[in-house]
Formats: sequence, C-alpha cells, structure tokens
Amino acid sequence: MASRLQGLTRELMAMRAARELRNGEVVNLGIGLPTLVSNFLPDDAEIILQSENGIVRYGPIAEEDFDPDLINAGGQPVTLQPGASFVSSDQSFGMIRGGHIDVAILGGLQVSTHGDLANWFVPERGGGSVGGAMDLAVGARRLIVLMEHITRSGEAKLVQRCSYPLTGAHCVDLVVTDLAVVAVTPDGFELQEVAPGITPEDVERLTDAPLRRSSDLREMEF
Amino acid sequence: MTDKVFATPDDALHDVHDGATIMMGGFVTAGHPASLIYALKRRGTKDLTTISNNIGIGDVIDDLCEDHQIRKVIASFAIRASGDRRSRFEEQYRRGEVELELVPQGTLAERIRAGGAGIGGFYVKTSANTPLGEGKETRELDGETYVFERPLRAGFAFIKAWKADRAGNLMYHGASRNFNVPMATAADIVIGEVEEIVEVGAIPPDSVVTPGIFVDRIVQSEHRLVRWYG
Repeated sequence: MASRLQGLTRELMAMRAARELRNGEVVNLGIGLPTLVSNFLPDDAEIILQSENGIVRYGPIAEEDFDPDLINAGGQPVTLQPGASFVSSDQSFGMIRGGHIDVAILGGLQVSTHGDLANWFVPERGGGSVGGAMDLAVGARRLIVLMEHITRSGEAKLVQRCSYPLTGAHCVDLVVTDLAVVAVTPDGFELQEVAPGITPEDVERLTDAPLRRSSDLREMEF
Repeated sequence: MTDKVFATPDDALHDVHDGATIMMGGFVTAGHPASLIYALKRRGTKDLTTISNNIGIGDVIDDLCEDHQIRKVIASFAIRASGDRRSRFEEQYRRGEVELELVPQGTLAERIRAGGAGIGGFYVKTSANTPLGEGKETRELDGETYVFERPLRAGFAFIKAWKADRAGNLMYHGASRNFNVPMATAADIVIGEVEEIVEVGAIPPDSVVTPGIFVDRIVQSEHRLVRWYG
C-alpha cells in the first residue's frame, strides 16, 4: 500500500459533514468523530440535536458545572438550548425508529456499495458494542457515515461487501471521509467530491469497489 | 397512605436473593442508582442477572464483578472495540465466566416497556440482517424485514430519580429518565433512590413522571456520581 495521503483533518471532516445539515432538521450525532460536528453547525440555520439517551435540543459540550444528569450519548457533559426537553429511552427510540430523526451521522468501519453499514464489532479485537447504532441505522431518514477512507493498516473501508458484522443493510445515503464525499446510489458508489490535493484516481485506488464519477465531480471547498 | 420510605438502601434490599434478575436504570452517569448498587455489593448477593443500558469502565455496576456477583448481563453497551483498558466485566467475559446478551438500545428499551405494559412481543426493523437478529423470528411487513422481540421483566428494578414523595411518586432531573421510566413499570419490586424525599402532595401532579403505584420502596440517595472519564 502506498504511503498515506494527506487528507482532511478530523475538524475539516466534521465541518464538511455539518454542511449537509439543513435548517430545521432534527439530527442525531453518533459517538466519536460525529460528535465533533456539533462544533461546526451553521450559524444561519436552526439544527435540533437529539441525543438518544433522552435530550432534544442540546448544545455544545459543557466545560464546567458538570451535572451527571446532563450528558450526551457518549457520556460527555452537554449544555441545553432554549426549548430543550427530556424524554425516556423508550420514547427516544420511538422517535428514532418512528422516522422523527431527519439525519443521523454515525462513524463507520465499513460501508458497502449497497449502503450496508458495519460499525459496531471488530472481529480481530473480538469486541464491540451496539448501543443505539442499529436503531439509528433503520430509523433515521438520512444516514451519513463520517469515517477515515482507509484503516490504519491501509485497508479500504468502502467495499463491495462488508466483511465485518453489519449494523444495518441498505441504510447509508452518504459517506464523508478524509479523502472524499461518496454517495450511495442504486447503481453503487458515486464520487461527488475530493479533498483538496486528492485526485479521483487516489480515491479509486483506495476504494475496494467500483466508483462512478459524478458528472458534477468537484473539489471540496472550505 | 402507605409510607414507602426505607431507612437505608441496605434495608430496601432485604429480600434481594441469590439468582435474582435486577433491572438497573441509568445511562452512564445520568440517573444511575449508585447507592442501591453499592448496597447490593455490600449484601454480597450472587448469581445475578442484571439488565442495564451499559456496563463498562467506571460504571458502578462493574464493581459488582469485583466479587463475581454477576452471572449474566443484558445490555446494549458492554464490550468496547477500542481502548486498552478493560472493565472487570470484560475481563470475566473474555474468560468465559459471565454471560452477555447484547441488545440494541432501542430494542432493549422497548422490550422493557413491553414487559411493563402487558405486551407479548413486537416487531422492529432494528437488527434485521445483522448478527443480533440471527435466530429470531422475522416477518416481511410492507416490503421490509422485521424482527420479533419478546418483553423483558425482572424480579427487582433499581431506579434513580430526583424527588419522591412518601407514596412513591417520582420526578426526574435532566436526562435521568432514560431507562428508569420503563424499568419502573417492568419489575415485581421497584426500588427508587432519590436526592430528596418530600411529603405526599409536595410534587404537583403535573410533574409526576412515574406514578407511585409503580414504586414499592424509596430510599435517600447516598452517592452523587462524578464526571465520567471513560
């Protein structure tokens, strides 16, 4: 495998994913990298963040006055936005499965050309936990996966077929990586954007599945 | 009116027996019944099946593994895919000493809700075509695959709320409702620990989230959880 390309930083990845969000949308951010998206929400749009442990309309991470009862799904202390409310876990997942979440942004281990997602179990480590990922995979109206394009050992994460245990089948709509923005279409992966300094050939070489180039293929702008 | 307040968490657990199945509310630090779990540790009850959202490093439930009190865990979050440190539970799980039933979080919440609401089972899309749906009955409904899930009940539920009155009516703070609200409906004996105990009538009916008919015993909380460093 060739030496690692210099793609987007984690912050730029989160910033690019945040651009997908539209005014008024109800959004759930997964644990890990997706949590960073909350730092880059558009100023001119109202984005309603839902946390599956039972908060609607939470805000940035709390830096002080830690309240053990005010945390996000990753256990981090959060602030509340005006109009916030609390629900129980059964009602929260009713929201999620019931189609009341417009967008979920989750981390990923593998995404297949059919939009299958694997993101909870790592066979070589013999470990992993599911949390709310499977519920979000089937329930969110639009599912965006935010992940590195390849593993630390250089293996492709966008693949023909997931080799890791699935989180959900046919659920992913868009993948934002450090190298590219790739849509999942009925005809498979479509390369829509490349990161600055990255060529479509780079992305094709590091994707283990056919990658059709969008007629509107462009470089990401920041 | 029956006064449901017990003097100590230890008193409230007087009939918790070896082999019991116990629901424990909370989500990481939020709404976690730490005083009751510490009392259970002191009691030394063994061979337990616990039902909780999470068990991991820093979780009070994990302390029960110190003396091998748990036989089986039903949870949505237990074994981490990353990180070098392992919880006591994970160490015991990898040695084959404890059993784990991993359940998607929404399915776990709904199974508990169903257990408290007299529902014999339900179909969800969650876990279809995944290892967690394997071996379960499925049904094609409106062109999609649904998995049949059964309700969960327990002998005991440990609940954490903000305030209780002496009749067991509960009021919650922040995001502490989480699994406490459904669990309070799904166990034979429901024990609530709260930060403040007030007289009957002091909680406005509009503010009661868990009506006292669901709650059998109330104790004053002795622990305030601190920041989680997982």
